[in-house]
Amino acid sequence: MSTATRRVSGAGVSRPLHLRLIEREAPMGYILLLPTLLVLGTFLAWPFLFGLWLSVTSAELSDPGHFIGFGNYNFEFKIDHPFWTSFWNTFLYTGVTTVFKFTLGLSMALLLNQIFPLQRFVRAALLLPWIIPTVLSTLAWKWMFDPTFSVVNWVAVHLHLVAAPGPNWFGGTSTAMAALMIVNTWRGMPFYGIAFLAGLQTIPLDLYEAARVDGANRWQQFLHITLPLLRPVLLVVLLLSTILTFADFQVPFVLTNGAPYNSTHVLATWAYQWGVPGGAIGLGASVSLVLFPVLSIIIAGVLVLLRRPE
Amino acid sequence: MDRLAGRWIRIYIPILLFILITLFPFYWMTVTSFKSASELFDFNQSPLFVAAPTLEWYKILFFQTNFWHWTVNTTIVAVVSTSISLFCSVLAGYALGRLRFRGADAIGWGIFITYLVPPTLLFLPLAFVIRDLHLFNNLWALILTYPTFLIPFCTWLLIGYFKGIPRELEESALVDGASRWQAMMRIAIPLALPGILSAGMFAFTLSWNEFLYSLIFMNDSLSKTIPVGVTTEFIKGDEFYWGVLMAAALLGSIPVALLYSFFVDYFVAGMTAGAVKG
Repeated sequence: MSTATRRVSGAGVSRPLHLRLIEREAPMGYILLLPTLLVLGTFLAWPFLFGLWLSVTSAELSDPGHFIGFGNYNFEFKIDHPFWTSFWNTFLYTGVTTVFKFTLGLSMALLLNQIFPLQRFVRAALLLPWIIPTVLSTLAWKWMFDPTFSVVNWVAVHLHLVAAPGPNWFGGTSTAMAALMIVNTWRGMPFYGIAFLAGLQTIPLDLYEAARVDGANRWQQFLHITLPLLRPVLLVVLLLSTILTFADFQVPFVLTNGAPYNSTHVLATWAYQWGVPGGAIGLGASVSLVLFPVLSIIIAGVLVLLRRPE
Repeated sequence: MDRLAGRWIRIYIPILLFILITLFPFYWMTVTSFKSASELFDFNQSPLFVAAPTLEWYKILFFQTNFWHWTVNTTIVAVVSTSISLFCSVLAGYALGRLRFRGADAIGWGIFITYLVPPTLLFLPLAFVIRDLHLFNNLWALILTYPTFLIPFCTWLLIGYFKGIPRELEESALVDGASRWQAMMRIAIPLALPGILSAGMFAFTLSWNEFLYSLIFMNDSLSKTIPVGVTTEFIKGDEFYWGVLMAAALLGSIPVALLYSFFVDYFVAGMTAGAVKG
């Protein structure tokens, strides 16, 4: 997009001058980029390529292993049952939490956009789950879902929402998955809320006034002004959040780490399970690399949506 | 009267519910950390309040664990990796947001694409790299790897800031005889300070909260960071030391919470810059 605007603005400048500008700024540009490229090259690009290689070897940490072709992938796709469980769990986890974070975040933003007392305090308080170290707040949740001393159950029983003693959260697959999704939604929702709020505040108020003059009700205003103008923000937030949720390690690792019986693993924790306690680094690398094509497809999709002309 | 009732139902009650759900885990953390061992597991009285507050868990945390070491480690890693990342991203952000040269767009996209390679994908090969550099149990392992996710974020934020500074300001300095470097150092960078501060807040928070790399690279108790120390040493098999765990969780959260409460506007600006300008 920026190339296009640059070409347009450069059209007025005579070509030699434009070229001269490029020549003068190029060396400086490359020098300024050098530290970044060095760090990202050494600790990001190189390990990524090395990871591709590891995924086709029988490597362990003490032993570089040897080339085994698609042996690791073959094993995980055909034999390793928990792999498929974690594969589908990752989608379920991302899909369900994204829907909740999106709707709750949008309602949060619409609420915060109203005028009410203590506005600054409320906005700051609502963002806290996103700031506090995830591992530490997830530990608090783990204690809140404790099998015998769950305060969540205690409150629910006392409000007569469930029969005593309430669900054993980590005892069954579906309740354990639900617990994971609750914690992820709790943690991620503020990001949606605050980003959407910033988007809402860029919408000019006279658009709503004009719509009111034309007789549009609140719902019509939301549907025909708010949503379309918010679209770029909605998509960028969705993009970032999907990537982070899809690759999430902290919440699943701390809260359930697969319990019960490896039924709530996601790709990130399953890759860790093979690579670190299991010692099979090559196999672990091949499990985590499955994330890559999926993430690429999601991102390509969102970018296409984002660039579509209005 | 009806208008007021309407506002309660439409605005105040939903906001109160949001706040209740958002803050309850922190309240529960705090309450737990002041309960005695017997009170922790007594649900006959209301668990929501402390009957006889005690500092027992905090004493254990300070005098019988390495929590203090972990706090120092986490602080060093967060400060140094944030500084390195800011240095790199200010320069890169200026180059990509300001200068015109061949390949700038491609490199900008390349840095964006690194979002596709989260730590989850890198931690296993990185373990080899860290081993070859003999950095296991060395804070440098974290200081050098955290910038891989800090630099892309900060660079993207700063590209936006540098693009927003009017070109004329720098051009007039150039006409007055300043070099390109001087124009950058004396005009563009000072004007981008709010953005740099936002990026710094974010980088610090993200490093403070990082878990996976630290879990893999730091096995020696004295070199752990807070999130890793707390999860690996206060949980023994099936036994959870909830009092100490919650005291540590609370204390480990306070530095970022304080930083955040002082600079909340910079946080929000940094967080939404990407999303709104994107």
